[in-house]
Amino acid sequence: MLFIFVFIPLIQNFIYSFYDFSAFSPTKTFVGLDNFKELFQDKVVGTALINNMRYAVISVIFHDFIGLVLAAVLEDPIFRKVAPFFRVIYFMPVVISISVICLLFSFIYNPEMGLLNNFLKLIGLGNLAKPWLGLSETAPFAVIAVSQWQSIGYIMMLYIVAIQKIPSGLYEAAEIDGAGKIRRFFSITIPQIKETIFVTTLLTITGSMLVFNEPYILTKGGGPGTSSITLSVYMYQSGFLKDKMGYASALAVIIFVITAVLAIIQLRLSNTGEEDY
Amino acid sequence: MVKAKKHRSYRDRFGIGGSITFVILILWAMAIIYPLFWMVMSSMKSYNEIYSKVWSLPEKWLISNYSVAWEKGISNYFVNSIIVTAFTVVGVVVIASLCAYGLSRYKSKGIDIALMLCMAGMMVNPQVCLIPLYVLLQKFGILNTRLALILPYIAYRLPLSVLLIRSYFLDIPKGIEESARMDGCSSFGIYSKIFMPMSKPIIFTTIVLTSYYAWNEFLFSIVFIDSDRLKTIPSGLMTFRDALQTDWGVLLAGMVISTLPMIILLIALQKHLVRGTSEGAIKG
Repeated sequence: MLFIFVFIPLIQNFIYSFYDFSAFSPTKTFVGLDNFKELFQDKVVGTALINNMRYAVISVIFHDFIGLVLAAVLEDPIFRKVAPFFRVIYFMPVVISISVICLLFSFIYNPEMGLLNNFLKLIGLGNLAKPWLGLSETAPFAVIAVSQWQSIGYIMMLYIVAIQKIPSGLYEAAEIDGAGKIRRFFSITIPQIKETIFVTTLLTITGSMLVFNEPYILTKGGGPGTSSITLSVYMYQSGFLKDKMGYASALAVIIFVITAVLAIIQLRLSNTGEEDY
Repeated sequence: MVKAKKHRSYRDRFGIGGSITFVILILWAMAIIYPLFWMVMSSMKSYNEIYSKVWSLPEKWLISNYSVAWEKGISNYFVNSIIVTAFTVVGVVVIASLCAYGLSRYKSKGIDIALMLCMAGMMVNPQVCLIPLYVLLQKFGILNTRLALILPYIAYRLPLSVLLIRSYFLDIPKGIEESARMDGCSSFGIYSKIFMPMSKPIIFTTIVLTSYYAWNEFLFSIVFIDSDRLKTIPSGLMTFRDALQTDWGVLLAGMVISTLPMIILLIALQKHLVRGTSEGAIKG
């Protein structure tokens, strides 16, 4: 029973983490629900939440929908020869460290020498060029775009694995019945990988609620002002820059509640999904 | 010429729709490759060239940028990252495989609970535990040491790794184990002489996934490590940027250096990485 001894630290670790963050009041002074009261009146929390929502919506559209289409296209027999090549390329950003990617994008978004503005000038849209990260209207979206660029390949890969498990007989039968490619995509591919779609959608939404690295590096913690801040960044700032550990823990509780609710919803949904069959 | 021919033959088979999709695929691939290519190219330029000639190849290939970057601190971060990654990987593989062994071979209430905890562990995310972990590490007095990264990394990789390895262990036939026991093999002997060698593929996947995680982790490494000497690559690059100011060529060279190991790993081990990431996520 060696494993129990090895397992205890792990369990303890989680128990400890549960205990500690639900004890949101700092150990020194008990403030009750004050942190939460402050939190609900804090405008920054609202901004952060909106940004997290934007993240979620945009990511679901891009990751889950475009990722799925890409996967389906790459799995199509006519692309068989080139698919491995594209797969590796699309997957490449996933393995690159997020700090490298964010630094790279800070070059791309640079108003004077950035690739993006220069590219716009090159194709004659120079008047669209702007300091992408410097304006509070564009900053959140510029930051979100980076995550799309990075992780579409990851989601695509999950779909590819799922699609590969679909028995090819189904497609052959549909082809004989005269179903076109688009028809086959909607009536075979999507129903067959329903489970995966649930899982990836949940992954993206949960991920959107936890975004930290991109705004932290690209806009130096949610700038300009607080326009591109997210919940995690705000938690980090409250805890480690403003030294309000209790408040930061309260934020962490909010994050946990959101993600836990999402997890439960997903479990429910995927269960009912199976019963439908 | 050869290219043009190839293209035509594709078009014949695809029809118009296929060609359009193909063009879109290439455009998206360009959108991914070009920034990376630009990064490599500009890492050999001087500041003025990066600034004024964005698109062109470097006039003088300043390979020296790389040696400057290496000497100015990247080497240090690189070594730290290797140490942290290596210890994390060893820790995860040893602990996770032992846990998985226990979880796959015995049946009791305790085991079910342990499994549940494992699943629950995957749901807990690092952001939520950041502050309690910080306090905990402070109490242990290991904040700002390499252990402050290694221990949390191991803990966060365990649930996923245990489940992955366990699902593989479950497929190992009972008969092999029984005959080994007949020959007087101990539980530990069965684990080390039969299970581990038979599970090389999944152990390999675990190693790849864990090293990828430990190499790129950012949040813990900026919070738990203060001293520049101990920083890993992702957090070190931030310091690097601030220290270099406008020495962009050197900064870009540093970025390339820190990216290379993972790209090489990806190209060398495509299959394992892909299978691992997907299995991990689906089980999650």
